[in-house]
Amino acid sequence: MQKSSRLVFSALCFGFAFLYIPILVLIVFSFNQSAIASVWGGFSLRWYTALFNNQQIIDAALLSLKIAATSATFATILGTMAGLALTQMGRYSGRLVFTGIIAAPLVMPEVITGLSLLLMFVSLQELIGWPVSRGASTITIAHITFSMAYVAVIVQSRLSSMDQSLQEAAMDLGGRPAQVAFDITLPLIAPSMLSGWLLAFTLSLDDLVIASFTSGAGASTLPMVIFSKIKLGVTPDINALATLIIGSVSIGIVIASWIMFRHERRSGTA
Amino acid sequence: MNKAKQTIKKLYQQPLADKIWRNFVIGVPYFWLLLFFLAPFAIVLKISFATPIVALPPFTPLLDLSANADHWLLATWDNYRFLTEDNLYWISYFKSIKIAAISTFICLLIGYPMAYGIARATATTRNILLMLVILPFWTSFLLRVYAWMGLLGKNGIVNSLLFNLGLINAPLQMLYTDIAVYLGIVYTYIPFMILPLYATLEKMDTSLHDAAADLGAKPWQTFIDVTLPLSKPGIIAGSLLVFIPAIGEYVIPALLGGIDSLMIGRTLYDEFFVNRDWPLAAAVATLLLVIVVIPIMLFQRSQQE
Repeated sequence: MQKSSRLVFSALCFGFAFLYIPILVLIVFSFNQSAIASVWGGFSLRWYTALFNNQQIIDAALLSLKIAATSATFATILGTMAGLALTQMGRYSGRLVFTGIIAAPLVMPEVITGLSLLLMFVSLQELIGWPVSRGASTITIAHITFSMAYVAVIVQSRLSSMDQSLQEAAMDLGGRPAQVAFDITLPLIAPSMLSGWLLAFTLSLDDLVIASFTSGAGASTLPMVIFSKIKLGVTPDINALATLIIGSVSIGIVIASWIMFRHERRSGTA
Repeated sequence: MNKAKQTIKKLYQQPLADKIWRNFVIGVPYFWLLLFFLAPFAIVLKISFATPIVALPPFTPLLDLSANADHWLLATWDNYRFLTEDNLYWISYFKSIKIAAISTFICLLIGYPMAYGIARATATTRNILLMLVILPFWTSFLLRVYAWMGLLGKNGIVNSLLFNLGLINAPLQMLYTDIAVYLGIVYTYIPFMILPLYATLEKMDTSLHDAAADLGAKPWQTFIDVTLPLSKPGIIAGSLLVFIPAIGEYVIPALLGGIDSLMIGRTLYDEFFVNRDWPLAAAVATLLLVIVVIPIMLFQRSQQE
């Protein structure tokens, strides 16, 4: 027994070292004075200064944030509706196809999703003249499509593990389905919708392949700019950018899970 | 405002409104997915039969309905014939499947004991460890792949460390090799393996282990005969979550792999962006879809159970 638990402990240590050492090295070297990746030349913030003076990166970051916020909001609305349609609406024709296509974007290789959406946009443009040009709007539509699947799965798992008696009681008391949804179901699943929104936001902020396919000549998102820079090798200002992104996301996640953990403990459901 | 509220309330009370609400909730996301997820596959299939031309868009229509056309049907098998005749595409398909399968197996080997350890930890430790698994999943995928470039490069951290320890005389070629691709895939996809494994291991009834131990089973026997079979759903879900996206992976082979690291996702991407041969890229995508469609259906079945 002792031997097996030591084995599990060393597996955990190895696994977490594997997950975290590359990120920690990246963060440490973003404060490196030297431009050579492996030589420590003393502490410096020069790469951060260089980053904030790089207009191309700032523009791309703003565009990415705009696309992420818009697509996450629409994905949350559509994904929540899909979650409701899969759990609360009983039987209807085409339900099987619906269940089939809702989870597929989760695992579909990105190159397929990207190429197929682009060819769809091109065909639509020929057929009905819309979308007039490709750019932020087509990237947003593409991001809504794949991240609504994530929201739907999160909302669906919450809804199917939830006690339905409140909704049933409300229906018995004469509440109409839409009223019950807005007054009871949605407030109950609000935390899941929030985590769905956050996940959709980060997925959109992170996507390179689908954005590259669906973007036009004008619009470059942050991952597209990063990718074109790092394809040629390590550049220290990208280390600084990575530290800022990873740092802010990590702080956000730690705070969010701490709040959720406390909330769970207080309400006694843990 | 109040008036609007009253109108909405009135609407609620009509059975017709219930019907509209129901159709709205089902119809809108359904229509969206049909239009932007399912229909695009039909278009990919259609364009995979077209001929590339230098124009906008760079492919021919499939039907020529003008009066003086000799052949009104312009669809062609040429793209598929080209794919089967050129060795390059066979190699990249098999290499993608091989790399995805081996990476999935490595993820399982590293992820299983980790998931097991997390599931057996005390409640507080478990929450912290779980958060540590999920945290990289939320941070940028692209930047986590990039982190390995700094580690593995010719002037990278690993090489300079080995050199300073006197273990090597010349830098090892690690970046731009297949090994770097394996490392990158295992590194970025391992949370997808750990989480479903954890979910099944955590639900497992530990009294079964006690019973097996009481009946004289050794720890490893208990593991092989009880724990492993019971965690099968987690193994299947986790493996598919790693295997399917890894097959079509583009970013990892493009950044960490060599010029010869032909994975199918990269071949498709280059066919599209470098050679600008849209019909051929569509044919590559169709064949890739054929490979992943069965694992995807297996994944959906495992989700519904």
